[in-house]
Amino acid sequence: MSVTEQPQNHEPQGGAAAMHPGAGTGVDKAQYGLAALLILLGAYTIYDATTLKIGFGDPVGPRVFPYVIGTVSVILGVLLGVATARGDRGEQEAGEDVDLTAGADMVTVLKLIGILVFNIVTVNILGWAITGAVLFAGCAWSLGSRTLIRDIVIGLVLSVGSWYFFYSGLDIPLSPGILDGIL
Amino acid sequence: MESLELLWGGLEAAFTPTNLMFAVLGVLLGTFVGVLPGIGPAMAVALLLPVTNGMEPTQAFIMFAGIYYGGMYGGSTTSILLNTPGESASVMTAIEGNKMAKKGRAAQALATAAIGSFIAGTIGTMCVVFFAPAMAKVAVKVGAPSYFALMLLAVVLVTSVLGSSKLRGFIALFLGLTIGLVGLDLSTGQPRLDFGNDLLAGRVDIVVVAVGIFAIGEALWVAAHLRSRPHTMIPVGQPFMGRADWGRSWKPWLRGTAIGFPFGAIPAGGAETPTFLSYLLERKLTKHKDEFGHGAIEGVAGPEAANNASAAGTFVPLLALGLPVTATATIMLAAMQGFGIQPGPQLMESEPDLVWTLLASLLIGNTLLLVLNLPLAPVWAKLLQTPRPYLYSGILFFASLGAYTVNQQPFDLFLLLVFGLLGFAIRRFGIPVLPLILGVILGPMMEVELREALALSDGKASGLFNETLAVLIYVIIVLALVVPPLVTRFRGEPDTPAHEVEMAKEES
Repeated sequence: MSVTEQPQNHEPQGGAAAMHPGAGTGVDKAQYGLAALLILLGAYTIYDATTLKIGFGDPVGPRVFPYVIGTVSVILGVLLGVATARGDRGEQEAGEDVDLTAGADMVTVLKLIGILVFNIVTVNILGWAITGAVLFAGCAWSLGSRTLIRDIVIGLVLSVGSWYFFYSGLDIPLSPGILDGIL
Repeated sequence: MESLELLWGGLEAAFTPTNLMFAVLGVLLGTFVGVLPGIGPAMAVALLLPVTNGMEPTQAFIMFAGIYYGGMYGGSTTSILLNTPGESASVMTAIEGNKMAKKGRAAQALATAAIGSFIAGTIGTMCVVFFAPAMAKVAVKVGAPSYFALMLLAVVLVTSVLGSSKLRGFIALFLGLTIGLVGLDLSTGQPRLDFGNDLLAGRVDIVVVAVGIFAIGEALWVAAHLRSRPHTMIPVGQPFMGRADWGRSWKPWLRGTAIGFPFGAIPAGGAETPTFLSYLLERKLTKHKDEFGHGAIEGVAGPEAANNASAAGTFVPLLALGLPVTATATIMLAAMQGFGIQPGPQLMESEPDLVWTLLASLLIGNTLLLVLNLPLAPVWAKLLQTPRPYLYSGILFFASLGAYTVNQQPFDLFLLLVFGLLGFAIRRFGIPVLPLILGVILGPMMEVELREALALSDGKASGLFNETLAVLIYVIIVLALVVPPLVTRFRGEPDTPAHEVEMAKEES
């Protein structure tokens, strides 16, 4: 493993798009965040392992694996930090619907995360039949769909349909929430 | 010929109306999901894993076999009609396939891909039938030290051989290994890395990890970079081939199969290398050199066959050793564990019904794929026009549904989001996904074998080297790490698929 890897700024496979402007030059500052995360995660893994007790007749014990994994993670974090400072950057993933020529649209991503969080908080209270529909329609809206009524109808069909599919087909009762007794 | 009898038994078991129905359902669902842009076979299997929750293991695996082959077939349809390979294994198919489609020969491209996949899948599965039991017979005698070494080999090869950056490969691997640590320590029963949360004291469900990284991560990543104008799709009619196309296709099919299968069977991960080699070989051997780069049918037939043969090949280490070598195989292994089946060399002995029905189902699924999908191709092609907001909302919806059904706990949805954000981050920073998912699954298995090996030797490190096979594997690991960089140093720029794709583009 060497830290002196070449910066990768050739074209991503398959897509006609070039990397977005400025890519391939300068330091990818966000990558320091990933390096820091690796170091923190590794350090916590090592700390967590020190709290474990060692059993009898188990010469390796529960600590060795976390020690090794944690230590290597910290080292990898440091190496990534050094590589980042030297201008190393990753090749962002291309895809069928991915256009890497423009910067990231984080507003859309935050909207989607908000909707997913709403689902986490309310699914047991409102029930899957409702939150599932909100999830679908909300995501479609965030991604640029402007046919709200139709999106809600599709969402309801999907969520109620999946509720019944799991309830009667697989005997898995999903949370009915406030619709308990109606569904 | 014992294998053939067992296979026959498997075919009889699979040929019940219910099982056939599951096979058809698997093929249709797999193709449906695989054809959708942005969804590869691994994500298809991960998304559909929860549907099998209430099923018998055998039926679940019959369905998986269908989903697996269906997902791959769907992927090649997408790359031919859109020229945007969803995964590295389809890159080569896309080069010539899309050029054929643009020349109005989409029907022939789809046909040679479908028939080639069928032939390669069938021959490949028959090879699994003969090789896997022989390998398992040797493998049951393998002790913990060698098994540990073997898993280490798989992990090292996948991490260091594939991908352009070893540093990023190892980051992926260790992120995966860290996730694999979460939960009860198997021998002392203490929770590790549970962050003081009881819900994390058990293991993190693999459905949540896989769906989070594959589905949520992908949807968020695409949402950040959504193309304002989707690719133009080439309309397609009924796939068919003329006499000349058959004449030009059958040899590439067989050659592709021969190249693909061994690459799938060794733990060097994935179909990228064999599809690339097959493409180079066909370009060298063809009588229509002028057509290459402008839509040569050999360039679709060979790589597609190689792709499917290598997919079949991955079942050899999966069934005979319990070693997954691709993302899809990793998720299948996780599914086995979910059903309480212990994968490993003893699997063929302890669960013969499951294994042979699964192998028979692979043959059936492959045939169904051909029978159903040739006529259905125009319908599948229409799916490519799904409005993108609906497509990605649908992925987020079904991903959440899948994670929620595991334990019906909102906490799993929270974990799903966490792994989704991790999936977003690894796409942003170019961290490969395969070493990560392999680390999640193989990490705990490696720990078990390591501790068993060292318990036998009273903690002496010599316990890891007291089998000849183990020592041999360590030598291979060292060679795999040391030789490629040396070769590169002496020969300069290596021939990588990415390099070749660029060359092909410049030529056209």
